Amino acid sequence: MAHPEPANPREEAAHVPSGKTEAAAYSYWGLIWWRYKRNRIGVVGGIALLLLYALVLPAELTAPYPLNERHTGFLDVPPQFIRFISPDGRFSPRPFVYGLKQERDPETLRRLYVPNEEEIYPLRLFVPGEESWTFLGLTWDRHLLGVESPGKLFLLGTDTQGRDLFSQLLYGGRISLTVGLVGVALSLVLGGIVGLISGYLGGIVDDLIQRGIEVMISFPSIPLWIALSAAIPAEWNSIQVFFGITVILSSIGWGGLARVVRGMTLSLQNEDYVKAGRINGATTWWIVTRHLFPGTLSYMIVAATLAIPGMILGETALSFLGLGIQPPMVSWGVLLKQAQDITVLAHKPWLIAPVFFLTVAVLSFNFLGDGLRDAADPFSGQ
Amino acid sequence: MGRAVLRRSVQMVITLWLVSILGFVIIQLPPGDFLTLLESQLEEQRLSSAQIESALTGLRARYGLDQPVYVQYLRWMSSLLRGDLGYSMALRADVNELLSERLVLTLVISFAAMVFSLALALPIGVYSAMKQYSWADYLFTVLGFLGLALPNMLLALILIFLAVTVFNASTIGGLFSPEYITADWSPAKVLDLAKHLWLPAFIVGFSSTAGTIRVVRAQMLDTLGEPFIQTARMKGLSENRVITRHALRVALNPVVSGLGLSLPGLISGETITALVLGLPTIGPLLLNALFAEDMYLAGSILVILSGALVVGNFLADLTLAWLDPRIRLVEP
Repeated sequence: MAHPEPANPREEAAHVPSGKTEAAAYSYWGLIWWRYKRNRIGVVGGIALLLLYALVLPAELTAPYPLNERHTGFLDVPPQFIRFISPDGRFSPRPFVYGLKQERDPETLRRLYVPNEEEIYPLRLFVPGEESWTFLGLTWDRHLLGVESPGKLFLLGTDTQGRDLFSQLLYGGRISLTVGLVGVALSLVLGGIVGLISGYLGGIVDDLIQRGIEVMISFPSIPLWIALSAAIPAEWNSIQVFFGITVILSSIGWGGLARVVRGMTLSLQNEDYVKAGRINGATTWWIVTRHLFPGTLSYMIVAATLAIPGMILGETALSFLGLGIQPPMVSWGVLLKQAQDITVLAHKPWLIAPVFFLTVAVLSFNFLGDGLRDAADPFSGQ
Repeated sequence: MGRAVLRRSVQMVITLWLVSILGFVIIQLPPGDFLTLLESQLEEQRLSSAQIESALTGLRARYGLDQPVYVQYLRWMSSLLRGDLGYSMALRADVNELLSERLVLTLVISFAAMVFSLALALPIGVYSAMKQYSWADYLFTVLGFLGLALPNMLLALILIFLAVTVFNASTIGGLFSPEYITADWSPAKVLDLAKHLWLPAFIVGFSSTAGTIRVVRAQMLDTLGEPFIQTARMKGLSENRVITRHALRVALNPVVSGLGLSLPGLISGETITALVLGLPTIGPLLLNALFAEDMYLAGSILVILSGALVVGNFLADLTLAWLDPRIRLVEP
């Protein structure tokens, strides 16, 4: 095919509202929302993230078992299948799991768990747990999904200490996914302020700030993060470590955001409405807060969305190396730490599960960010 | 152009200086230093406090730890510039020896990853742009997204997982066959390295390949719509020539400038991949230095890596100016 194809007419229509009357009915943010909704992949990413957060944020409710609960006698159990067909071949509308039977591998004498077809435990919603939990002032003893005692529900198996991997994953996801949000919020504030100052003042201040950011960016991120996390005092408690890690992760991220904001500020300064404001005697503060800041906000949100995956993965890498979140707090990186040994993976392949959750989260953030970028910039993607 | 190169060089030197200061600040950050660790070790060995004190004073004087901070910085910098990285207190070995081979291997892997990702991304990007919206284009887009979402560490884990579960491998990774690990460098060892290089290069280069494909595709699409391409076609040039000589040369621009920017990502990808796969490169050394609180070694590694990146960026800028007559380093 010799010639470039003309841009897909359908796609073009997705970026610009057709007809003036329709476009005029939307506010600026309404227009962005309208364009975002038309981006199918972006919407899928957004919905996937909503589901993910809804699953991990109230982990006390959604996880079948409490954090770090050890099921003695159920070490290294492989994932249980959820079944619909009962042993006599009949279809059961209520899904169930079999009980677990301990056996030994005849050759290696390793302990094995096999489904015990004589014990059937139907899955139930809002199953009472052994202890009641408190989350955001709410105290309850139920868990979203579970089986009745003495049955066990290990959707993704257990680890060497008998902890349910699925529950740990949800609790870990809460940390991993909030690290990204908090870290990005930090770099957004820092990057936004520095970028606005740099772009608005210009001159030597701008020069100095830009050189400074260049230095920050020229450090390879993971080695820098590793070096910085060595500075976290060992006596800090989990919450302090959590915030320490987010500060470290945003130590690099803000530079890129500041650059985006600076570029936007520079180009907005020459807009007529900013010039008009200045001629009319508006103060610097007024111009920055009323004209420049709202103009850069949508781009900051997009840049922030695209920066979140890097932070999530940064936390994972640090925790994976044992420098990030420390047990008893769990994160996806902490969980993956168990899976880094090749012999462990050979016997317990289910320990790799956090990788899939991570991939879904990161991919969704990328889709969402791309969708928002196309929505915020009518000229992008063309 | 000479002036511009000079200007850029001065800028590079200033950046390098700032990098070294930042590196030094990081060295100073952790609460304890190696000597406090050593002190507790010596106390365990039941040496008299006078003996401990004299040993520590000797070490302090040797490393200038009894001097004010700026003197420590100057001493550290001047030895760094002379290429003398000193003696690792924790690993009890000459840092130069420790570093040089590992640094070279790190750079070799990063460079191989870059070559690998370019060799893959260029043709794929061009093809995707020429066959826009074809099934192959969609396939590469999906693969590209996966590449962005699967950073080196996860990719390495997944490959190990596959190797174990599907191929029943008992080992994976490493850069040399067992018989070459301790051997001196020889042509055979280099060949052996080349044989083992593809896996780390693939892992490190995978995510940057995905990014580069997207850039090349977008650039090619932009360029193919330009009037000069139409002119070239109207002149009756073959499509091959239009693509390679006219379109690709212009479209490559951001790819080349992106190469300089992708270096930090490649190097940090290499460190983490090396840690997962157990490669004898800088990553594990940095981690060991940090665990041993040998901050001087850690700081030196950080500054050397970043220094390499700054120089790499400088070279990328020069290449860009040479490649594209429109740029010629007007204003950064």
